[in-house]
Amino acid sequence: MKTERLNTDILIIGGGTAGCYAALTISENSDKKVLICEKAHIKRSGCLAAGVNALNAYIVEGRTPQDYVDYAKKDADGIVREDLLLTMSQRLNKVTHRLEQLGLVILKDENGKYVARGNRNLKINGENIKPILAQAVEKAENVQVLNRVNVIDFAVKDNKINGAFAIGIENDTFYTIDAKAVIIATGGASGLYKPNNPGFSRHKMWYPPFNTGAGYAMGINAGAEMTTFEMRFIALRCKDTIAPTGTLAQGVGAKQINSLGEVYETKYGLTTSERVYGTVNENQEGRGPCYLRTEGITPQQDDSLIRAYLNMAPSQTIKWIESGKLPSQQNVEIEGTEPYIVGGHTASGYWVDTNRATTIQGLFAGGDVAGGCPQKYVTGALVEGEIAALSAVNYVDNSKQGSIEQSDIDKHINEVTGFITKKTSPYTTEQLEEAMQTVMDSYAGGIKTNYRFNEKQLDIADYKIKQLMSLVSTLYAEDFQELMYIYELKERLTVCRSVIAHLKARKETRWHSFAENLDYPNKDEKNFNKYVNSRLENGEIKIIIRDLVQGGKEYEHIN
Amino acid sequence: MSISINKNKCIGCGKCRNVCPGSLIKVDSDGKAYIKYPKDCWGCTSCIKECPVYAIDFFLGADIGGMGSKVHTEKKGDILSWIIQKPQGDSIKIDINQKESNKY
Ligand SMILES: Cc1cc2nc3c(=O)[nH]c(=O)nc-3n(C[C@H](O)[C@H](O)[C@H](O)COP(=O)(O)OP(=O)(O)OC[C@H]3O[C@@H](n4cnc5c(N)ncnc54)[C@H](O)[C@@H]3O)c2cc1C
Ligand code: SF4
Ligand code: SF4
Repeated sequence: MKTERLNTDILIIGGGTAGCYAALTISENSDKKVLICEKAHIKRSGCLAAGVNALNAYIVEGRTPQDYVDYAKKDADGIVREDLLLTMSQRLNKVTHRLEQLGLVILKDENGKYVARGNRNLKINGENIKPILAQAVEKAENVQVLNRVNVIDFAVKDNKINGAFAIGIENDTFYTIDAKAVIIATGGASGLYKPNNPGFSRHKMWYPPFNTGAGYAMGINAGAEMTTFEMRFIALRCKDTIAPTGTLAQGVGAKQINSLGEVYETKYGLTTSERVYGTVNENQEGRGPCYLRTEGITPQQDDSLIRAYLNMAPSQTIKWIESGKLPSQQNVEIEGTEPYIVGGHTASGYWVDTNRATTIQGLFAGGDVAGGCPQKYVTGALVEGEIAALSAVNYVDNSKQGSIEQSDIDKHINEVTGFITKKTSPYTTEQLEEAMQTVMDSYAGGIKTNYRFNEKQLDIADYKIKQLMSLVSTLYAEDFQELMYIYELKERLTVCRSVIAHLKARKETRWHSFAENLDYPNKDEKNFNKYVNSRLENGEIKIIIRDLVQGGKEYEHIN
Repeated sequence: MSISINKNKCIGCGKCRNVCPGSLIKVDSDGKAYIKYPKDCWGCTSCIKECPVYAIDFFLGADIGGMGSKVHTEKKGDILSWIIQKPQGDSIKIDINQKESNKY
């Protein structure tokens, strides 16, 4: 193993949507040195790898940023940060224009105006959205990118961040990185629960299987305050391929129907969680499977759908072609996915102030890793990257750089050395990962229990996850790629523990399926129209219940 | 859902390995690309779009309804073509102009 020490002004962890945009913002607005550490390669890493089909967050003509805030608040039944939603919504259109300048194709009418899909979406060709962003980053001044460098921990002392530790998975290198400020942009967490297809196609999941919750875990372990992990995201997707359904539902107006052909969506309500819940319930009551009603659409619509899916979820198009039945000839079966933790869709993640500063000094967060601001999607992640970047620049101008202690470096090197010098262990990383997914599936509201759980089950889940955590130190790695897998498992276990604690703390059922607590099947407006936050203190998760931040107010951290 | 790399076609340029969001593709001592754990593939098709000699095929696992077709892409200018080769021998080609937006 080689060791290397690097130094930068602002370290960006994760070169995805938010991370790339943060780098561009810093480069354009300051002369600060930027280093991006990306576990894969910024050209096609993270959520945008396969492409996306629409910009889901845009303020269309006749609407205001406040309308977007109201929509997201309603969808989350109140548990959002209005200050975060508003500051995001105010910049959605600006980042959209920037994306277009960089080369993204956006559909326009004959007058040159964007063509909207519904009230909030723009139609695009998003197949190459990530290469477009990455190319801009590669050209940006003062920005250095380290690809295939996986960050494993923050260097935090007295609640101030001084840098991070990382491993180079293709060059067997341990990195210590000194930084004046850090932006965390590692996305959300998949792979906590047993997936829809646990066999050969186990990674055919909606959220990238390579976003393993590193940012959440590092924050949790460093004692950062985190919010709303109990608001899990369960996606309603095309069966098997787990391809998005929005293109069918909003694009061609396909309704959700049960096997009797009845439209059931109106029966349960139209929020994101109610759509999942309705589908689960129809199945449970014997009216499954459920479908999106596409039969009868025109051949032109078939043709457009086939192309649209190739640009974002090609497996769905292949499935249509292999089965010999196009959507006009056969309704598309739908199912709920396993739960994910993803702050770009729901509100889980870092508890940040209006400027996207976390509770750790010098650490800023943007994108799916940041909490309180659901429905941010691609454009919202870009905005948060921008806001976090400007805040980080300001912080660097007004604070002194701390130093990473040698004892902290030694501790991390020893841990890594431990994993790579051992030659045997009772279990493999893969076995422990599967065990974790089984525990979460059975006892923490996975697919197996129709996303439902009770407190007894959560206690068992917590016990078993802690047991698995104690086994991690026995693992060994043949190479640095496997070493990364050990760290990914560790991250996931850490996030699982927090998710369980949050599910237990919200003693009500506000969102069906997302957090369906059978001991408390009703909503409790009096006690739980509040945020459930948490912080790790001396190894224990301390729950903090906070009042909602009122609309129109900014939020600053207070101790 | 996974990919297979045809070693006979591969020229070892390493482009596929560069883009994989899971760092799943490696280059062997013989200079050819391979995927160590096919089960870990997300199916994003990034690698397929990079390969200059069309050595990488994409397929759906039988557990999610795959019927044995192999898929690759070819790019000429703004046109990205998707070629779906069915096991019976016939194939379908769908051209997408990358300068045109999705309709939905
Ligand atoms: C399949 C899919 C389709 C979607 N479709 C749409 C759509 O059509 N329209 C829309 O508006 N939104 C869509 N979204 C949502 C949107 O893409 C995301 O909300 C947004 O891209 C998240 O950005 P991010 O920067 O938080 O995460 P990402 O873009 O995923 O970036 C996270 C980055 O961090 C890296 N990373 C993770 N851990 C580490 C570590 N330890 N060290 C170093 N690097 C690390 C990852 O490799 C990745 O590059 C979609 C999401 C998915 C998953
Ligand atoms: S399809 Fe995507 S995840 Fe699978 S090997 Fe290719 S680049 Fe990697
Ligand atoms: S891109 Fe194609 S030719 Fe190049 S290494 Fe990969 S498989 Fe081989």
